[in-house]
Amino acid sequence: MAPKKPNTERYQKMAMSPKEYQAYAKDKEPPRSILGNCLKAFLIGGFICVIGQVFTELFVHLMDMSREDAGNPTVAVMIFISVVLTSLGVYDKIAQFAGAGSAVPVTGFANSMCSAALEHRSEGLVLGVGGNMFKLAGSVIVFGTVAAFFVGIVHLILGTGGQ
Amino acid sequence: MIFLWAFLVGGAICVLGQLMFDVVKLTPAHTMATLVVIGAIVDGLDLYEPLIKFAGAGATVPITSFGNALVHGALTELNKSGWIGVISGIFKVTSAGISAAIIFSFLAALIIRPKG
Repeated sequence: MAPKKPNTERYQKMAMSPKEYQAYAKDKEPPRSILGNCLKAFLIGGFICVIGQVFTELFVHLMDMSREDAGNPTVAVMIFISVVLTSLGVYDKIAQFAGAGSAVPVTGFANSMCSAALEHRSEGLVLGVGGNMFKLAGSVIVFGTVAAFFVGIVHLILGTGGQ
Repeated sequence: MIFLWAFLVGGAICVLGQLMFDVVKLTPAHTMATLVVIGAIVDGLDLYEPLIKFAGAGATVPITSFGNALVHGALTELNKSGWIGVISGIFKVTSAGISAAIIFSFLAALIIRPKG
């Protein structure tokens, strides 16, 4: 069998120096505006926090909680809303638009747990849901716990523990 | 007024996360882990509580407050029951958030029909 003739002609037409190619590829890249992304993150993230503030005010005024005590139920309500929106497939659509604006609030944390649970549901409740729920959220908990431990140790050594 | 500060501070923390995505090119998991550690350190310096007083949900809703709550539990318990509190207190304050996320996510997985 004769060796295949390299199809040089066709490639030659497109031949570019690496520099030219890079310029060409860059030209075809979808535009990524850091400023625009930050603006979207700011607006959506701020909006989510305002919703949280509404619930905080409700807990403070209707249930006579202090502002510090209202933090926990507020977070729980936000997580509940996030799980509902994730189940309906709405949260992922918001996330595509908002980037960090929907990922950084605690709703993004709940979203990562809920979507992992839903994604692995077909593998069963124990191995699928139970085993994968913390797949993405786990790093947040691990690093938060380790950091809190070391901050606590520093305060213990300095003798400045607790407020 | 607190609503305005919640919007501005919460939005600013999200922009910080977006900059980590776009400029430092961290993965979302790395960004979240970094933000939690930042929250823990800021509370270690006693600065997160004033931020909550000032910005309300703008400080409690972003994931940085999770780091703050972990440290807060550890320090409160350290004060109350000595060195062992550093270990036993860590999850005292965050229990609501973690439990809510686990329970609601599990129930959602029970109710929602799997796609695959």
